[in-house]
Amino acid sequence: MAQTVSITVNGMAYIRDVEPRLLLTHFLRDVIGLTGTNVGCDTSQCGACTVLMDGVAVKSCTVLAVQADGSSVTTIEGLGSDGKLHPVQNAFWEKHGLQCGFCTPGMIITVVDLLNRNPHPTDEEIRHGLEGTLCRCTGYQNIVEAVKHAAEAMPV
Amino acid sequence: MATKTFGASIKRKEDPRLITGEAKYLDDVRLPGMLYAAILRSPYAHARIKNINTEKASKYPGVVAVFTGQDFKDLPALPCAWQAGGVKNNANTPRVLEIDKVTHAGLGVAVVVAEDRYIAEDALNLIEVDYEPLPVVVDAEKTTFPGAPQLHENAPNNICMDWSIGDADGTNQALGEADVVVKQRLVNQRLIPNPMEPRGCIAQYMPASEEFTVWMTSQTPHIMRLLMTAFVFGIPETKMRVIAPQIGGGFGTKISLYPEYCLMAALARKIGKPVKWAETRRENYIATSHGRDHVTDMEVGAKRDGTITALKVKTFANLGGVLATIGPGVPTTLYGRVLSGAYKIPHIYCNVIGTYTNTAMVDAYRGAGRPEATYLVERAVDLLANELKMDPVEVRRKNFIQPNEFPYAPADNILAGLKYDSGDYEKALNKALEMVNYEGFRKEQEQARKQGRYLGIGFSTYIEICGAAPSAWIGVGPGGQGWGAAMWESANLRVHLTGKVILTIGTQSHGQGHETTMAQIVAEELGIPLEDITVQLGDTLGTPFGYGTYASRSAAVGGMAVYNSAQKIKEKAKRLAAHMLEAAPEDMEFHAGKAFVKGSPDKGKTIQEVAGAAALAYSLPPGMEPFLDDVTYYDPPECTYPFGTHICVVEVDADTGQVKVLRYLSVDDVGKRINPLIVDGQIHGGIAQGVAQALWEGAVYDENGQLTSGSMMDYAVPKASFFPDFELGSTETPTPNNPMGVKGVGETGTIASTPAVVNAVMDALSPFGIKHLDMPLTPEKVWRAMRAADMS
Repeated sequence: MAQTVSITVNGMAYIRDVEPRLLLTHFLRDVIGLTGTNVGCDTSQCGACTVLMDGVAVKSCTVLAVQADGSSVTTIEGLGSDGKLHPVQNAFWEKHGLQCGFCTPGMIITVVDLLNRNPHPTDEEIRHGLEGTLCRCTGYQNIVEAVKHAAEAMPV
Repeated sequence: MATKTFGASIKRKEDPRLITGEAKYLDDVRLPGMLYAAILRSPYAHARIKNINTEKASKYPGVVAVFTGQDFKDLPALPCAWQAGGVKNNANTPRVLEIDKVTHAGLGVAVVVAEDRYIAEDALNLIEVDYEPLPVVVDAEKTTFPGAPQLHENAPNNICMDWSIGDADGTNQALGEADVVVKQRLVNQRLIPNPMEPRGCIAQYMPASEEFTVWMTSQTPHIMRLLMTAFVFGIPETKMRVIAPQIGGGFGTKISLYPEYCLMAALARKIGKPVKWAETRRENYIATSHGRDHVTDMEVGAKRDGTITALKVKTFANLGGVLATIGPGVPTTLYGRVLSGAYKIPHIYCNVIGTYTNTAMVDAYRGAGRPEATYLVERAVDLLANELKMDPVEVRRKNFIQPNEFPYAPADNILAGLKYDSGDYEKALNKALEMVNYEGFRKEQEQARKQGRYLGIGFSTYIEICGAAPSAWIGVGPGGQGWGAAMWESANLRVHLTGKVILTIGTQSHGQGHETTMAQIVAEELGIPLEDITVQLGDTLGTPFGYGTYASRSAAVGGMAVYNSAQKIKEKAKRLAAHMLEAAPEDMEFHAGKAFVKGSPDKGKTIQEVAGAAALAYSLPPGMEPFLDDVTYYDPPECTYPFGTHICVVEVDADTGQVKVLRYLSVDDVGKRINPLIVDGQIHGGIAQGVAQALWEGAVYDENGQLTSGSMMDYAVPKASFFPDFELGSTETPTPNNPMGVKGVGETGTIASTPAVVNAVMDALSPFGIKHLDMPLTPEKVWRAMRAADMS
C-alpha cells in the first residue's frame, strides 16, 4: 500500500515510502522531522502550515505527500541562507510582527510568496494577500508593517 | 549602562527561534517509544451512555489499547478551583472520560492509543457506543424555565449559583426616583477563543520512582501540577513535573485543567509508555472552553441632566454542561465587581445566575468578565444619551470619576474593599477626541446622511482591573472571592560567576514576550546588558511556584517579583562591594550597574565583579552566603486599573447592511510601559478580538446542542483585510500600587473595543430609529433591522 516518493525539502532529497493518504504537512513534521511548519486547523483555513512548493505557497495540509512527489519544497527552516535570516524573517522580528509565533512560519512563507508576485504591494494588497493565513495575536497591524519593511529591504 | 531599557521599544529576545521554526510547541515534542491517543467524543449534547463496545477497535492493527470511562473509575472528577457564588454542592465537572452520562457534545467517552495518530483516528470509527439521547437545552436563561431538561440532580432548574452584590433596595429606590430609566436586554454572545495553537498533552511515567512528567499547553503549569497531583491523582506534588513548552496563544483557554491532561497521565501510567494527544481544531471548538455567553437585563437611571443615579443588572451566565476550573469566577468577581466602569454611579445592584446548559464549558476568554461588564456599562451610557438626546461624550464627562477622587471605591462596596488606583479619564477622552476630530466628524456625518450614507461614531471610555490579585482578597477566606488558592507571583534571580543572569519566573508567557520584558526590568535595575539576561519559564522543575499568566497580571504582579528580587540583589551587591572596597555598607550606593561609595562612582565595583566575588566566595563579609541568588515572592497589596478611550468610526451600507470600520482609535493608559512596542502589539491584538465580537464572531448551537459554527469554515476568525490600521495614542498615569508604576495591558483592547464598535453602528443607524441590536452585527442582521425600520 505504501508508495515511494522523492521530495526535495530545503535542498535535500528525501526518498521515503508513505501511505497514499499521508498529508505533506505530516510528511514534513513526522516523517522527516521538520517541525517548524505548524498545523492549526483541519479545514485549510488557518494557513499555519503554508510552505513553498516549487516556489509557490501551498497549504501543506491540503497537499498529499504523493502529490508532492518530485517537487521541491521550502519550509521555514530553509528560508535563510549562510546563517542569515531571510529579509522577511528579519522584518517580522524588527516590526514585532509576531506574538505567540504559531502562525509565523506559515505567515512568513505567505509573505515571501506575496512579495515574489508583487514586490511593492499597497497596504490593501498586503491585507488581501494575507487572507489565507490567520493570526489571532497581532491584529495583523505589525504583520502589515513587517511586509512593508521587507519589501523595502528585498532586492527586486 | 547608559541606555535605558525600561520603557524602551526593544525587539523581542524570544523571536529568533520563532521566526526560524526552531521553537518547540507541544506537538513538536517527540519522545522515544511515544504512542498517540485519539479521543472518542460524544456526538450527543445530552445522553446516557448505555454501553460501549471497543472490541473491534482493540483488534485494529497498530492499536495498543482502548479504554472507556469505566477503566478510570478510580480517578475523581476534575476539581473546580473557583467555586464563586455559592457553587458548593453542585460543582459538576468533567471526568477524564465520562462514564454514565454526557452533558454536552464533545465530552470524551473512550480513548484509543495507537502507534501513530492516523491509526488512532481510524480505530475511533470502530468503537460502538449505545447512547440514550436526552432532551437538550442550550440557552443561558431558558435552561432555568419550568420544564427544561435537567442536567444534574444536584442543580435544580440547572442553576449552579445565584450571586448578588450591591444594594438592591437602594438601587430600586434610586431607579424609582430617577427622571429617566432606560431598560435593555443585552445578549453577550458566546465566543470561541481560537488560539492558533490548539491544546495538547504528552505524559510520561517512570514506575520505579513513581514520577510523572507531563508536557502540556498551559498558561499555568504550577497550578496544573497542584490540581492534578492533589485533587486527581492523590499524590504529592513532588511526583509530577509539568512542562509548558512554547505556547501558541491561549487567551484564557489554557488556564484550566482539562480531562485530556489527566487522561494522558493515567494512560502513561497504565501502558508504561509516553502518550501524546494533540488536539484537532474541531476538538478545540467542541471540547475547549468558550467565552462570554450572557443574557442580561439592565436598567440604568439618571437625572435629566445626564447624571447617572443607579444601575441594576440581572445576568444569566451560561457555564456549559460542566464547570471549567475557574468558570464560576468569571461572571461573578471578574464581571459584577467592575460594573461601575469609569463612572460615579451611586447605587448599583447586580445579580448573576450561573446556569448549566448542554454546551461546551464557558471559562475565561481574553478579558474574562470585564469585557461583558464594559459592554454593558458603555452600552448603558449610550442608550441613556440617546434617551436624553444628549451627546454620548457629554454624558460620559458628566459622570467620570475625577482625578482628585482616587483612590475611588465604587458604590455599595461592589469592589469588595478594593479601590481604583489612579486615573485621568477626561484627559484620555480629550486626546482621543482630538485625534478623531470629533466636531469635524459630526459635520461629515451630517453631510453624508443627506447623501444617503450612514456614518457612525462610537465611544468606550473604559476602565479595567488588572494585576490579580491580593491573595486574601481573591481567596477562600472570610470575605474572599472564592478562588481556591492564592495569587502572588515569584522570581528567582541569579547572577552567575560570569555576570550573566538567569531569571526564572512563575508566570507563563504564551505570546506576551516575558523573556524580553522581564529581562528589561532586570537590565534596568542591575545595569546588566539585556543580552546577558536569560529568562526561563514554563517548567515546574527549575522555576519557583507561580500562578501563571492571565488577567493581565504578569507585569504588575510577576514583574514586581522580579523588581523586588533585583532590589535584594542590589542590597547584597552593595554589602559585598563595601567589603571589597573596605568601606562601610551604609555609605554605599548602587547605580547603573555599579556599587560605589557615595560621591565616588569611579571607585566602585561593577555588578559583574561583585557577582564573580560572590560566586567564588574567597572573601565574603562575616555571615554572608556565597552567590548572588535571590528568590522573591510578591503578593500585590491591590489590583491596578488601566483606563482609556476607544473610538470607532463606521459606515453602514444601506443596501447590504455591511458594516465597514473606517477608523479605529484608542488612547490607552496602562501606567508605565516596560516595552511600548510590545504594549502596542497587545493593544492591536486585543482590539482585533473585540471588534470581531461586535461584528463577526459567534458560537452558534442549534436546538439539539450541535455546534453549527464548529470549524474555522463556519466561525468568523477575522482576516487581515477586515481591519483598518488602528491609530494608537496614550496617556501615562502610573499606579501608586507598585513602585514600577505598571498597570497591565494584555486585555485592554478586547475589553474596550466591543462597545465602541456597537455604539458606532447604533449611531450610524440612529436615523432609522434603531436603538439596539445584539452582536454580532452581521450584514443580514443590520439589513433586516434597517428594512423593518423602513417598513414602519
